[in-house]
Amino acid sequence: MATNSIPMEALEKSMVLAPVPAAHWLVIAPPVLCLLVGAILIMVRKRLDLQSWLAIPALALLLLIDAALLAAVTREGPITMVMGRWLPPFGIAFTVDITGALFNLAGGIAALSAGIAALGDIDRTRRAYGFFPFLFLMVGGVSGAFLTGDIFNLYVWFEVLLISSFGLLILGSEREQLDGATKYAILNLIGTTLFLIAVGILYAIFGTLNMADITAKAPTLGAAAPMMTLSLVFIAAFSMKAAAFPVNFWLPASYHTPRIVVAGLFAGLLTKVGVYALIRVMVMMLPQEGGAYSLLIGVVAVLTMLTGALGALAQADLRRMLGFMVITGIGIMLSGVSLGAQTAISGAIFYALHSMIVMLALYLMAGVAGRMGGSFSLHDLSGLYARSPLFAAISLALFFSVSGLPPFSGFWPKAMLVKAAFDFGVWWQGAAILVSGFLTTIAATRAFALGWWRMPASGTVTPMRMQASELVPLSALTLLSLVIGLYPEPLLALAQTAANGLIDPTAYLHSVFPAPLQHGAATP
Amino acid sequence: MEGFMTIVVGIFFTVAIYLMLSQYIIRILIGVAILGNAVNMLIFIAGRVTREAPPIIEAGADVLPATAANPLPQALILTAIVISFSFFAFLLVLAYRAYQTLKTDDTHQMRLAEPEDAPPPPLGY
Repeated sequence: MATNSIPMEALEKSMVLAPVPAAHWLVIAPPVLCLLVGAILIMVRKRLDLQSWLAIPALALLLLIDAALLAAVTREGPITMVMGRWLPPFGIAFTVDITGALFNLAGGIAALSAGIAALGDIDRTRRAYGFFPFLFLMVGGVSGAFLTGDIFNLYVWFEVLLISSFGLLILGSEREQLDGATKYAILNLIGTTLFLIAVGILYAIFGTLNMADITAKAPTLGAAAPMMTLSLVFIAAFSMKAAAFPVNFWLPASYHTPRIVVAGLFAGLLTKVGVYALIRVMVMMLPQEGGAYSLLIGVVAVLTMLTGALGALAQADLRRMLGFMVITGIGIMLSGVSLGAQTAISGAIFYALHSMIVMLALYLMAGVAGRMGGSFSLHDLSGLYARSPLFAAISLALFFSVSGLPPFSGFWPKAMLVKAAFDFGVWWQGAAILVSGFLTTIAATRAFALGWWRMPASGTVTPMRMQASELVPLSALTLLSLVIGLYPEPLLALAQTAANGLIDPTAYLHSVFPAPLQHGAATP
Repeated sequence: MEGFMTIVVGIFFTVAIYLMLSQYIIRILIGVAILGNAVNMLIFIAGRVTREAPPIIEAGADVLPATAANPLPQALILTAIVISFSFFAFLLVLAYRAYQTLKTDDTHQMRLAEPEDAPPPPLGY
């Protein structure tokens, strides 16, 4: 810092003067990489082959960065990087703890799988409309939302991912897409505007936007501020983003209309951003108010689960059935948020990670089923088992996983949440998780019986093969779900550490405000 | 000043919510635009309305004088205006395309993606 006019003492009070360690650049790398590659892809939008050659390695690099970031956070604890070197809380801070890094890594896995699947599913016309640039901008928004430590910045990332998701949703401008996208766009924009209202009220109360600063100040305010109102606006906003009952009707209206890869990406990433934000705000930042609204969130969670499961039972279209299964999963995660204890929060985080991987895989599976069977309707779909036994095996594994049956990844988080619910005497939430799991099993296995086992009326089918762009992501995601189901300890330990870090955010606060700097102690 | 502005914001929210409850897309969109402005004013008041001095640090001082206007809400509002304006532009085009394609802006008739007479799933083989 070679400045002549400003004395060093003044700089020390306002800026981070120590050089940023190399590992800390990982904090900002995922959104920067995504936005950079997205911009380059827009520049080469006419050269479609070059686009995929750029996109897939970039997504693989993103996955590596995400994994390295998780490793760094596991090793060092929460990492903070401030933009422009302004000392928090003045500058925008990116603070990554294990929760953020885990969500980010699952997002990276989903993005790479979707990118590979897109090579087959997204035709050249739609790639010319800009599938890959939108994909990168959306993934950039998602990872920014997971990594930021500033509540207004979180709002900005919400908008980044929202506007790119609009672009993805209407690729091709089909009639159904325009209908679904209109509802999706308006309701999601109202949802993020609600979030902005909450940020405005929060700024009026706290005078700061830094998440760590708010976390530190929240217990000292007591009854002096309208904290319950603020929390209710936050809960309403994030419930809308996460597709919780009764503000979730935009999801079944729109998720079956875009290309199947896009639908899978949305199901895997977007609603989970809402759940992540709810966990971040109601569990870490405002734990007292989160606890006070526990019953409300619990009732919403149960209604979300049950309406999702009943909705899935009532659908004849495979993709619409999956849309309702996404909603059921959201209810299960909200139940963990409502219970609030360490076991429940870790269950909710675990379930969210499982859901990001499995929901994407289920949509990709529906895409293959639609291509092989010629229809998404359970009335017409038939003979898939006879067409491709390998595909049938993958499908059955994914159906088991989403229903929460062992030995797949859906089993453990559900078991944790049910156990937590009964331990805390909230038996009705545990019962709702079990009932919704039972209904989901019926819906999923009925789809399997009709679409896969049932032979078509003609009685004969021609064997078909899965294309490489379908087989690679599908089998990788299914294997991942199986491995997590068989050997859950590492992820379980990470989820528990993540939940501990949210319930007792001392390390998070220390990462943003190292003690010596906070007191402005002079360095020799 | 803040009390008066609060009432104005309340009126904006009322109008926005009333319009958004309509069944016609164009009225909903106007409601969304007014909602965006209501939120911008809300943030403005959240930063306390003062008009004594521009937020400029005087020579020799390290911090703003206490009477200075709060610059942060203006930065937040600027961001929010840009975002809500671009979203509104996108939504207008989307709504117009939907109107051209579906021949209606009545949400009760926009049931293409979710047909009202969708058959129940098969009840047996």
